[in-house]
Amino acid sequence: MSANKPMKWRKLFEGLSPGRMRRTLRLGLRSLWLHRLRSLLTVLGIVFGVCSVIAMLAIGEGASYEAQEQIKNLGSQNIILRSIKPPEEQKVSDKGSQSYVLQYGLTYTDVQRIRSTIPGVTVVLPARNIRDYVWRISRRVDCEVVGTVPWYPEMRNHEVAQGRFFTEADMQGRSSVCVLSAEMVPALFPMESPLGQHVRVAGNYYQVIGVMQPASRVVKNDEAQESGKTVLNRMFIPLETAKLRYGEVLMRRRSGSFEAERVQLHEVTIKVASLEDVAGVAEAIRTVLERNHKKKDYEIVVPLELLKRAERTKQIFNIVLGSIAAISLLVGGIGIMNIMLASVTERTREIGIRRALGARRHDIISQFLVETVLLSGAGGLLGVLLGVAIPFIVTYAAGMKTIITLWAPLLAFTISALIGVVFGLYPAFRAANMDPVEALRHE
Amino acid sequence: MNAVADPILQFQNVEKTYQMGAVKVLALRGVTFDVFPGDYISIMGPSGCGKSTLLNVLGCLDRPTAGDYLLGGENVSGMDDDALSAVRGSRLGFVFQSYNLIQQLTVLENIEIPLYYQGISEEESRERARQLAMRVGLADRLEHKPFELSGGQQQRVAIARALVNDPLLILADEPTGNLDSVSGLEILRLFDELNRQGKALIMVTHDNSVSNRSSRSIRLRDGNIESDVRQ
Repeated sequence: MSANKPMKWRKLFEGLSPGRMRRTLRLGLRSLWLHRLRSLLTVLGIVFGVCSVIAMLAIGEGASYEAQEQIKNLGSQNIILRSIKPPEEQKVSDKGSQSYVLQYGLTYTDVQRIRSTIPGVTVVLPARNIRDYVWRISRRVDCEVVGTVPWYPEMRNHEVAQGRFFTEADMQGRSSVCVLSAEMVPALFPMESPLGQHVRVAGNYYQVIGVMQPASRVVKNDEAQESGKTVLNRMFIPLETAKLRYGEVLMRRRSGSFEAERVQLHEVTIKVASLEDVAGVAEAIRTVLERNHKKKDYEIVVPLELLKRAERTKQIFNIVLGSIAAISLLVGGIGIMNIMLASVTERTREIGIRRALGARRHDIISQFLVETVLLSGAGGLLGVLLGVAIPFIVTYAAGMKTIITLWAPLLAFTISALIGVVFGLYPAFRAANMDPVEALRHE
Repeated sequence: MNAVADPILQFQNVEKTYQMGAVKVLALRGVTFDVFPGDYISIMGPSGCGKSTLLNVLGCLDRPTAGDYLLGGENVSGMDDDALSAVRGSRLGFVFQSYNLIQQLTVLENIEIPLYYQGISEEESRERARQLAMRVGLADRLEHKPFELSGGQQQRVAIARALVNDPLLILADEPTGNLDSVSGLEILRLFDELNRQGKALIMVTHDNSVSNRSSRSIRLRDGNIESDVRQ
């Protein structure tokens, strides 16, 4: 056997002029084309690895984008308090005291307290949510009536598309005006503009003065989540009007029984002056509410915290995905190496001939390395194409939002080409280190 | 008549030993001879006499264990692998018993191989290969694959390939061994013609009739030169 001297890396690239490189590439392509099916099967591992990573990243990116949009819609400087029904056992004890009215939730006093005791709180936005039917002549829509204050749109990043939102004057005058969410307009007013028309809710007529911008698809309210339905239909009326029309006690009919509950405010949004204060103010509010509520009949939602949590979740998702990608590419690489080793053995004679005719070791290394890189590169390219196509199909078929970032296909392709180099080196070195005499004798 | 020129190849006390398991095999035991331009040498000998080893060392496919091998005035016995490859590619031409063509390449591409590793441009390689293919009588087979050719034609491709780098010396290992007598004779005539044009040839053979065509016959026995006769 000839001496196994360490190869000089420099030599691999020496003499690889563009023309020479082109010929080496052509030679590699031809040799791969000769075994088309084998080449295709060899790169399948890389194809599926790259394709699944890009597709999953796009779907994950889309989902996380929607989640973040949803949180941003709540406003990152906001803290949202919601009334929730206290746990079941306490309801039973209430029944024991002969009271049919369940009383819980946030009160006007709470809002007053927060406003007066906690510094850094700029605007407080109270809201009452009542589930009811909205009628327009004979058309009916299930909807949530939201009694709120005039500065609701700017606080919740939800803008008016047509007409106007109600003003302080409407509020003080307890006027019967309403603003509809965009989603319910087609159902109530299929033919005409809703502005200036009237709708009927629980026997009272309200004049439509505005229509909101369509909200992003995922904005849900809590009640809808409880009942498993998404309610996009919201009708906004002045808080004072709501108080006048509905009073404090809400009656609800449910499967043969009445249920009454007394809730002063369903939702309170608090705007904090600066982003840095959000965590501190949230803590202070938590303390104030804990002191004044015996039962846990409220919840505190801090969009900023949710946003941070969503970002962390996305990070974890990316790490998991990265590991899966690494493993699948590793498996693909091993597959390629396996086939290349077989190919080297099969072509021992050819290697012997080339060596006898003047091929140096690094010429043989380049030849086999180029083949492996071509294989894995082609696999990577195919994977990228498939991986970019799949999110479109998913979006089209399942209606899920997907986002393809530029770096994902680039990175996947680069890594798969690198895989070719890494897993091609061993077979190439093995080919180059064959003894020419032995190789020529091989049959 | 050629002996006045300087030798193109000098073997000085060349030894080659193999380690076969625990046993040391002495394949060449101090072989000394010179080759001059225009020599047509046949090497004969019983099997196991060291013919193949001698040819491998001559062909720079193997290094001698001891002694000096000078090819075109250069001592190649101490060269590293890359340098030896370069010598093979530029100074030597090989013709094998089993042709050793690369099956997926065409006739022209097979002939071009040595030039590819010499870094000669594609156009020039193509032109030289075409000329040589015509010289060996394969003008109408340029784009054929080896398996589409007869044995004699394949061996002619191999000869064209051995000539393409204009070598100092052509080494042939039983070039007619796989051929029928007619195509064998054609190949031998081709060799004669090459020799007439001044190419030095070394041919290993079993066949006395083949060896009779040569100008010098070397017989090997047990790793030594038994006789070295000019005819």
